[in-house]
Amino acid sequence: MAEQVGTWWIWKVFWILLIITGVEVILGIIKPEFLLGAFLGTSILNIIFIILTLVKAGYIVQIFMHVKYEKKALKYALYLPSLILIPYLTFILLTEGTYLFT
Amino acid sequence: MALDTDLVQDQNHWGGGSRPLEARYGKLMMWFFLLSDALTFSGFLTAYGLMRFKYESTWPIAENVFTHFPGLEGDQPLLYVALMTFILIMSSVTMVLAVNAGEKMNRKAVTNWMLWTIVGGFIFVGSQAWEWYHFIMGDSGAIETSRQEILHVYNAEGERLSFSQLVHGMEEGHASNHGETFSKAEVLSSLEKNKDYYMKEPGKLGEAFSHQQSLDFLASGDVVQGANMIHNEYGRKQFANFFFFITGFHGFHVFSGVIINFIIFYNVLLGTYERRGHYRMVEKVGLYWHFVDLVWVFVFTFFYLV
Repeated sequence: MAEQVGTWWIWKVFWILLIITGVEVILGIIKPEFLLGAFLGTSILNIIFIILTLVKAGYIVQIFMHVKYEKKALKYALYLPSLILIPYLTFILLTEGTYLFT
Repeated sequence: MALDTDLVQDQNHWGGGSRPLEARYGKLMMWFFLLSDALTFSGFLTAYGLMRFKYESTWPIAENVFTHFPGLEGDQPLLYVALMTFILIMSSVTMVLAVNAGEKMNRKAVTNWMLWTIVGGFIFVGSQAWEWYHFIMGDSGAIETSRQEILHVYNAEGERLSFSQLVHGMEEGHASNHGETFSKAEVLSSLEKNKDYYMKEPGKLGEAFSHQQSLDFLASGDVVQGANMIHNEYGRKQFANFFFFITGFHGFHVFSGVIINFIIFYNVLLGTYERRGHYRMVEKVGLYWHFVDLVWVFVFTFFYLV
């Protein structure tokens, strides 16, 4: 387990999370016209929101939940099921779900 | 050299006592619980996505639903939920600081940071209750047709009108119904008087109807104010159902997290972990607390932003 000195790294992550949230809120309030074009079944803005969310989630899991400093085996035990099953579920529901229209 | 030590470790595997994940039992179990919980939440959120895609054109836009901020008048989209997000991130930070202090066996600092974490959790649960209250009470009111579709009233300028504005007039202070209940007859007679008012479905691509059609819809339908599991004024009933279910399930996690945090905090005060010689319980409850924050990050995006 890599030990970090002091608490500066906690506050660094705090500022990153805060700034990303701030950007999301500002984008959500002004909704810039040029980002509303269709893209991958939704708008560019929504894709930006999802990417920013995943970045935030990454910081929380890696740093706050300490996974970055765990053994490789534990990392795989946590990441593989979630990174395979969740996108799979999303894919199945959102594509197969189009049959609801017919 | 590296090879040699690997070999030695390998031999010891069969004698027991080797820890391939270098994590203790309690922490591993917490992680596997969180993994299953993550799958549960992703099931809820994808189900929400499915319904939303199905009713894309008339799905309520979150900014038009969650517009309140304590002490501020008028439309304040996203501000309140941004504050809630900030509170939860902040309490996650104080939790890491508590875990960090625990590793250094600094009891005073653990006590301090755990207390702030609990305070943050309470404020978050309270904020959620406040938001639920406003969601359930409703704001502008809507018409539900006999086919259970929700319609909102607009004036000739294309402004969304509340029942209060429709019945009492456009003066300031009527933008919200402020808890007043309006009968179907009141709304119908006011709508008949204003020939240029019309109704429109919620959502990005909601269809607009003529004045006469609107009157017919109201005559055969009813008025809806506020939200519950069967009717809600914002749009599709699935919207309110998912709101109650997902934020409710998350809120339940926050609430139980606060209670667990409190138990650990109490044990820190008693000196239990000082006697035990380590603060690993703080680390375990910290994982749970960060997970609550993690889920909120996704709920925030998929419920309020997208």
